[in-house]
Parts: sequence; structure tokens; C-alpha cells
Amino acid sequence: MWRNWALAVCAGWFAIAATANEVGHIKVAKGAATIQRGTEKIAAAPGMKVFAADVITTGANSAVGVTFLDNSLISTGPNSVFAIDQYTFDSTTHVGQFDGNLKKGTLAAVSGKMVKQVPESMRIRTPSSIMGVRGTEFVVKVDEAPASP
Amino acid sequence: MPVKNILNVVGCAFVGVLLMACAQTHPPLGDELVVVLPGHDGAIGGVVVRRNNSEQVLDKAFAGSRIASTGKHEATSLSSDDVHKIFSDTVAALPGRPATFLLYFLEGKDELTAASNAELANVLDEIKRRPEPDLLVTGHADNVGGDGFNDKLSLARAERMRELLLMRGITADHIQVAGRGKRELLVVTREGIAEERNRRVEINVR
Repeated sequence: MWRNWALAVCAGWFAIAATANEVGHIKVAKGAATIQRGTEKIAAAPGMKVFAADVITTGANSAVGVTFLDNSLISTGPNSVFAIDQYTFDSTTHVGQFDGNLKKGTLAAVSGKMVKQVPESMRIRTPSSIMGVRGTEFVVKVDEAPASP
Repeated sequence: MPVKNILNVVGCAFVGVLLMACAQTHPPLGDELVVVLPGHDGAIGGVVVRRNNSEQVLDKAFAGSRIASTGKHEATSLSSDDVHKIFSDTVAALPGRPATFLLYFLEGKDELTAASNAELANVLDEIKRRPEPDLLVTGHADNVGGDGFNDKLSLARAERMRELLLMRGITADHIQVAGRGKRELLVVTREGIAEERNRRVEINVR
């Protein structure tokens, strides 16, 4: 039993260690944009590291551009919310998984090495759909839902 | 009315209320639009849009899908101008495309050829041009020797490259290294063939 417990702790530690690495960098930050990381809210700035599970939020006249480890590029335009639900990339095998979630606003994206290796390993979710990316450049817009009656 | 029938009626009514409740709590959606753009290198793989049980393949430049808040989705084709009107701010915020440099090594060693030593100057120029540069350095091997050997050799080349970059003032925090072994031969050869163009390091400046 103790052994199982110790194993669980180890597994937890590795999970933390695995998520502690950055998955990309902010290259462009314009206007009032923030990164939500857990309970923290950080002003987005060029050069800043981006981690899996980060949520990018932009205000009016604001935009953020990110380059990921596998050369995937994304940018979000004004009044957008984009969550990195999952990002893994093995730089030796080029196998990875990029699950992005555009909750509202606009997104431009250029797929990278992982899609070249395994098509559709990059997926963009919107409130209504899931987009499997085979390459290479595309744009997405999600309008805000009309107010409930 | 027998008891069993009454139970059925009550049961159906209950399920009916549940369904209505579900329908009402389902949040309303806004309109959505996705458009495939012509790639910088001309290649278009496309995007597959999946919604409920339907699937739409967008595999041409400016092919798109409009998804109305009613749930209807229809194929659409936009002009370059339309896309520009809607997405120009967003596309303008895309980071600069990664620049790729190939540097070559002497056979079985982690030393650069003379020509590649000179190419290093171009890498440094590109780094200077970027506002917040970071680098991915990927080592490759040729088709001589096993996977384990070549994974190590290719990583050693990438590590050596990193040392050369550090000596030229690049910050360690901004360099990632990887060894790809012989998984991505630039020139495909039979096993056991020494090929200098495969003994390389790819540097992505981004």
C-alpha cells in the first residue's frame, strides 16, 4: 500500500515536472492582453514563456502572437479568449498534441512540425466544432453568443 | 387507469420535463467562421471541421465553413479582401516565421565543416533581427549505424552547436536542443551509406 502511495506521489511529481516546461514564447503583445495561469493573471509581454493550460485574453485593440516549440504559430485578435488545453511535443520523434480552444474572438494559426509528422495532431475547438489541422494556415472567428432571452 | 399505466404517464412526463430543462440550459451559440489560407510555401493540407456527426473538409485556399448560431453550417468561399477585412489585425499579430539554417558536420564527428562555420555568421545576423529570439537546434545523423548510436550522435551535434552559440553570446535560456537521429534524412539513402548532407544541424531562429 505504501508502495502504491509512493508511486502515486512520484507520478504526481513527474506530471508537475512535465508541465513545468514552457511550450512556447510570446513574440507579439499589443494593448491590454493577459495570460491566466491557474489563479494568477499576468500582463502579456514579448519574450514571456507560455505554458500548457495558459489562457490568453485580449481586450479591445489588443492582440497576442505565440511561437510554440514545434514552430506552430498562433495569434489572437481583439476581444478574444484562447485556451491552451493541451500541448506536448517530443523534439526527437516530432510526435505531439496541441489542443487549443477558441472561446470567443479571432485566431490565426500556422501549423508546425507535429502536424507535418502526424496530421491532425493539432486541434482547435470552438463552442460548436472541433477543427483537425492538416496544414498549414487558417483563421477562425467565434462571435459572442447572443444574450439569453 | 391501471397503476402501471399511471406510472408510465408520470415517468414520460418526468423525462419530458428533463429534456426541456436540458434544451433550455444548453447555452446559445454565436456564429462561427473558419477559413483556410494559402500557405507561405504554397502547400495546403487543410482543416477538417467536425460538428456533431458531420464533417467538412476544407482543402483549398479561401475555402471556409460558416456555422450559424442555429447550428446550420455551410461551405463558403471568401475573397482575399473579405478575409483581410475580418482578420487583418489578427494575422498581423502572427509571430515572424521561423528562419531555418542547415549546418554540416565532418563525418562521425561533432565538428562543423569550414563552410558551415561561415554560415554561423548568418544565423547570428538573423538572431539580431528578431525582437525576442529563441532557437530550436535539432541534430541529425546519416544512415550509418543503429538508432541508439545516431540518436546520441545527433544530440551531441546539437549540444556542440549550442556551445558554439553560447560562446557567441546567445543566452542558454533561449536555446532548446534535440537529437532526431536518422529519422529525417535530407537525402534518403540505403542503410550504411555515409552521406554528408544528412550529417547536419537544423537551427530554427524564431
